[in-house]
Amino acid sequence: MLLITCPYCGVERPEIEFRYAGEAHIARPAEPSKLTDEEWAEYLYMRTNPKGLLAERWRHAHGCGRFFNAIRDTVSDRFVTIYKMGEAKPDLERLVVEAAQ
Amino acid sequence: MSRFNFWELAKNALSAHENWGRQWRAPEPKAEYDVVIIGAGGHGLATAYYLAKEHGVTNVAVLEKGWLGGGNTGRNTTIVRSNYLWEESEGLYDHAMDLWQDLSQELNYNIMYSARGVMMLAHTIHDIQVFKRHVYANRLAGVQNEWLTAEEAKEYCPPLNISKNMRYPVLGAALQRKAGVARHDAVAWGYARGADKYGVDIIQNCAVTGIRRGADGAVEGVETSRGLIRAKRVGVVAAGHTTTVMDMAGVRMPLESYPLQALVSEPVKPCFPCVVMSNTIHAYMSQSDKGELVIGAGTDQYISYSQTGGLQIPAHTIEAICELFPMFRRMRMLRNWGGTVDVTPDRSPIIGKTPVPGLFVNCGWGTGGFKATPGSGHVFAHTLARGEPHPINAPFTLDRFRTGRLIDEAAAAAVAH
Ligand SMILES: Cc1cc2nc3c(=O)[nH]c(=O)nc-3n(C[C@H](O)[C@H](O)[C@H](O)COP(=O)(O)OP(=O)(O)OC[C@H]3O[C@@H](n4cnc5c(N)ncnc54)[C@H](O)[C@@H]3O)c2cc1C
Ligand SMILES: [Zn+2]
Repeated sequence: MLLITCPYCGVERPEIEFRYAGEAHIARPAEPSKLTDEEWAEYLYMRTNPKGLLAERWRHAHGCGRFFNAIRDTVSDRFVTIYKMGEAKPDLERLVVEAAQ
Repeated sequence: MSRFNFWELAKNALSAHENWGRQWRAPEPKAEYDVVIIGAGGHGLATAYYLAKEHGVTNVAVLEKGWLGGGNTGRNTTIVRSNYLWEESEGLYDHAMDLWQDLSQELNYNIMYSARGVMMLAHTIHDIQVFKRHVYANRLAGVQNEWLTAEEAKEYCPPLNISKNMRYPVLGAALQRKAGVARHDAVAWGYARGADKYGVDIIQNCAVTGIRRGADGAVEGVETSRGLIRAKRVGVVAAGHTTTVMDMAGVRMPLESYPLQALVSEPVKPCFPCVVMSNTIHAYMSQSDKGELVIGAGTDQYISYSQTGGLQIPAHTIEAICELFPMFRRMRMLRNWGGTVDVTPDRSPIIGKTPVPGLFVNCGWGTGGFKATPGSGHVFAHTLARGEPHPINAPFTLDRFRTGRLIDEAAAAAVAH
């Protein structure tokens, strides 16, 4: 079971307190009526699904109830960093380089 | 290579079965093939077999980064059934069901298909409504499926607990009698042997690392850990790794790869007559011919390529199994493992063309593609040979996520298998 640190509660808790919420930083289109079918497909269905670092959302469902973001390695399942909603997405390429050092 | 028959068996018995030959070659890759298939799971191998046998395309290579059948094919819980909801799926899964019936004879390889029946339990009013809807839809389409009361379900599977005191009592069940299980490894091996016999090169320990495209954008070949291999037609059949392979060609996919776990118990004498599944309480089980109880759990919640998952998932499943079948409460579990399953938003596969000329894909089987192996290979071979889909896989396009013509099988595929 994963151990996850909620950035709001500041504590490490077992995964069963959390609910996964998929890839992070997929912004709802500002003007939905202007979207082409391709753009809708991209927004609704296409996913990065990387083998490596993934920016993803979690929700502390059985704690504070809040959403937050995390960068996790999908091969080792290790969390690289966890950050609050609204904070900028870390530079994944830099994290890869740092991890290699 | 010899055919398996009574005389061969008798002859080899005389030398203590030590002189059986290799069942397929281990060839060096050639510089060029007519068709390259990426992934030697059941689906990729079946594709190669039908390409050679039904379409006369024998200059084919199947490239596998590990060993053949070592992906989800060799990790699944082997349930075979065709009681899906929509006509498109009924066509696809029932096509496979027809091919399963005499696949052992077809391949001259015992794939141990056992039509022992698959029973899906209903625990809530919603379950009853959904399953009855499936039963009626299936019967309209000529697909076998029937509704059982809880008592009839117990008659079909005596170990089943139908007490009213359960947390989620059994209220009835949907039964497909000709559904069942088959030996997963044998399916991969049988297709590998059959394809090899027609001259298909199965190249293991050969990871595809790039997809080479020409100035016109069309596929020219694949870069691999064993060098460049040219081919104008490439079929990607890489299950959980499909996104990573399609990334090499710059094609975004509507897929997410999740861990899916299973476990087996110590072997015991035959005591469990059929396959029982419960979507609502996340458990399903059958007994293998070796005597182990084969138990499947749900997916983990997060994307992962680790081929392992959290222990709370099988623990949750075991709790459900103990409640459903109290006689197994003291069974010990022997092994637990995971696979990486490629899940689409509508829980239906993608089988067909891609925006890249010459590049085809067969993926998105998620938690339940073993059952479709023969049918999937059969229609994908047609697609690769003709450059156009077979009528059965025509609805399963990648483009459906743009047009909105989804084939929503979330209820039929709700838990794994
Ligand atoms: C625990 C579990 C239980 C399941 N239970 C059932 C069930 O009861 N019934 C059912 O119908 N289905 C079940 N499934 C689903 C089923 O196993 C799959 O849908 C099916 O086996 C997929 O077959 P495949 O040939 O497409 O994939 P795989 O067998 O995974 O083959 C894909 C192959 O591609 C190779 N590959 C990947 N990337 C590359 C690359 N870059 N280069 C070369 N090769 C590559 C992989 O190594 C792999 O061998 C289960 C799955 C799991 C994990
Ligand atoms: Zn919290």
